[in-house]
Amino acid sequence: MMEGKSVVVVGGGAAGMEAAGQLAKAGARVTIVEKESETGGHVSKWCYLFPDRRKSTEVIQYLNSQINQKNITLLTGEEVNLVEKKGGRFILTTSNGKELDADAVVLATGFDLFRSERKEEYGYGIYENVITSADLEVMFKKGEIRLTNGGVPQKIGFIHCVGSRDEKVGNLYCSKLCCVTAVKQAIEIKEFLKEARIFCFYMDMRMGGALYEELYHEAQVKHGISFIRGKVSEVSQTIDHRLVVKAEDTLAGRPLRMEIDMLVLMAGMEMSQGGKRIAQNSRIKTGENRFFLPADHHFGGNKSNVRGIYFAGACAAPMNITETISHARSAVQDVITYLSDGKQ
Amino acid sequence: MADFGFTIIKPRVIDYDSNDRRIAEYIFEREPSFRLCIECGACSATCSAGNFTRFSLREFNILLKRGENSYVKNELKKCMLCGKCTLVCPRGVNTRNVISLAQEAFIKLNGHEV
Amino acid sequence: MNSEGKKRIWSEYQKEIADDHFFYVRSCIRQSFFPGSEQFFLNFMRKDLGKDVFENPSHTTCTGIGYHGDIVPFSTTMTVVARHFALMKESGYKNIAISCVTSFGIYTEILETWKHFPEELEKTREYLYKATGREFDIPENMAHTSDIIYKFRDEISARAKYPLINRMTGEPLKVVEHIGCHYSKMFPKYGIGGAEFPRVLSGMIESWGGEVVDYPERRHCCGFGFRQYLVQANRGYSLSNTYKKFNSMKPYKPDLIITNCPGCNMFMDKWQYTIKAMEGTTFGSAGDSIPVLTYEEVAGLVLGYSPWDLGLQYHMVQSEPLLRKMGVDFNPDDKYKTKDGKNMPVPQNLINS
Repeated sequence: MMEGKSVVVVGGGAAGMEAAGQLAKAGARVTIVEKESETGGHVSKWCYLFPDRRKSTEVIQYLNSQINQKNITLLTGEEVNLVEKKGGRFILTTSNGKELDADAVVLATGFDLFRSERKEEYGYGIYENVITSADLEVMFKKGEIRLTNGGVPQKIGFIHCVGSRDEKVGNLYCSKLCCVTAVKQAIEIKEFLKEARIFCFYMDMRMGGALYEELYHEAQVKHGISFIRGKVSEVSQTIDHRLVVKAEDTLAGRPLRMEIDMLVLMAGMEMSQGGKRIAQNSRIKTGENRFFLPADHHFGGNKSNVRGIYFAGACAAPMNITETISHARSAVQDVITYLSDGKQ
Repeated sequence: MADFGFTIIKPRVIDYDSNDRRIAEYIFEREPSFRLCIECGACSATCSAGNFTRFSLREFNILLKRGENSYVKNELKKCMLCGKCTLVCPRGVNTRNVISLAQEAFIKLNGHEV
Repeated sequence: MNSEGKKRIWSEYQKEIADDHFFYVRSCIRQSFFPGSEQFFLNFMRKDLGKDVFENPSHTTCTGIGYHGDIVPFSTTMTVVARHFALMKESGYKNIAISCVTSFGIYTEILETWKHFPEELEKTREYLYKATGREFDIPENMAHTSDIIYKFRDEISARAKYPLINRMTGEPLKVVEHIGCHYSKMFPKYGIGGAEFPRVLSGMIESWGGEVVDYPERRHCCGFGFRQYLVQANRGYSLSNTYKKFNSMKPYKPDLIITNCPGCNMFMDKWQYTIKAMEGTTFGSAGDSIPVLTYEEVAGLVLGYSPWDLGLQYHMVQSEPLLRKMGVDFNPDDKYKTKDGKNMPVPQNLINS
């Protein structure tokens, strides 16, 4: 039923790749538009994934096999600026001025990592050895965790909720993945550096996913990672270039001061710039959290306010890879229903 | 030295780096389940001693982990060792053993064995 | 430490500072504690730069001390400040120059209140009119006097006689800057450089050759408080905050502390005396205490004004060790002489002298 139909998928990360693969299998002609030179999105920047520490390359391999089909065209280094519906069809204008024609559109524009320098009090980009969770993944890929002076960190802190659940940066929502990412990364550091002492500063431990709580358990009892409930209010530097963390140990009801060698900021997720631009230019509704607004939170999680345009993945809300892939599949289901309905 | 009618106050901050955490380490080694405590307060809600005194096993546990030993040593005596805390702990911490080990650690610390 | 990161923050917190025609409003305490500071500002602006700075003698307190001491209600504070705006309007000025961080905080708080609660602005207009028959406009430009010195910092640097450099070693002087909580902690956008990495004083220090010390408790309050120090029994609370800052900056061996706020200056200066008297501790290098000067006094020194004309002798911690490091030419015999050569009483127990 999808034969002869064309679908444009905007974004070539996990959501876009999965959606494109499923659409192609169903018989559609699919074009993926990806702004980077390669597909894979954020997943390709990770080393190992939670909760089972599988290599991200395995997921990338799977996704690559999904889009390795003859009826999929890949357009890289190009962004979509505008999606217009004209007479039941869609015209997408790209940054290179190209016009793409489609029967349906899947928006899979994903997320941007919160720019941690916006939390000025943590001194990212100012104090040495304040890094983000993404920077730490780069170190994991390199296979070594080093301070800027080449030394080995002995004491490492994680700050949860950087740019999430934070009214001051305009993000009231929880990014969902950062808690489990911190736990995963803390364990990984322990495996690299057996002697290192690790402290996670959290507001709440939100370990809601499958096997997350178990990972938290393992981090505590097997790896001796300490969890301190309290949002870090300020980071500064000593004369010896160590970082000073100020938090309240809220469960002890007292302020706590600690010097550490390296601080990892768990950067949250925000609606991507590309997604925002498309939303603005094409009048696609977004929520208060600036992500695309699903038409119905219970049974229309992929539907936009325009029939024929569907959301897949983290452009609709923060989600993990498992959820992203399921979300992409359900977007495809919506596209199929829409196109076989005779485009009402 | 001059007396101006006021003094310099000792900070309330938990100075993690200068605190002595040997008691906590002693317990972690012998009762690893202690690491699992998330200070939910189930223990102190049901505590026999906590219903009649300021004793809070939750607070005790966290300050023990932070190395606030003078507080811990003083509070230790209040526990009646009834075991209800262990019964209710959702993380399976052997809280009763934590108390016993703390007792033991303080004695050994005094005898310079810790 | 990466200065690019700081520069990025500074670029986000820039504000427009008027170039001329200022309506100057005074502080309650700074004329008494370090009178040369204000004199420098007025002389420098009027004589050195040829700017128009106007003072209206009917100007009063902003009520800041009473407001923060819980004895003046906010509606009264707003009406008093509205009266200042009325004086400014009557004098034909649109740019206000505020010489106290407490006042600056009060003004920013009021302007923000009026922005978010326009009914409060209307009520204030009514109160002021009923009480005094005056009407007012909101200033077109609002600057703290340090913002203005910051704006002209490079002019000062170009005329510098004694840059912030240790003449003996050739090294930059190590300078602690303290901007005062109410300069930007409540509303970062009103402060040059924001609240976490403020630029207003650090910009002056760097322009004049010094090196800024970024010590762990840099952002901590000086301990002034208001309701705290007013009651003798509570002063330990105020003192302990300052003590914490001094201990944190001590390893850096600062040559000088520059303050933005009259209150901070008074406390960081006088508490050093108190702590020394209470327990014998000092925080500068070689057993000295650390001179605590205002940005105007430092600007004056850099330009080659006489330290005694700048009134440095009015501080508790004396500045001679600093003057020697900077190579300032000064006559110790003139320290307690009036302009017509009479001897003033010499205070006892000064430190560093």
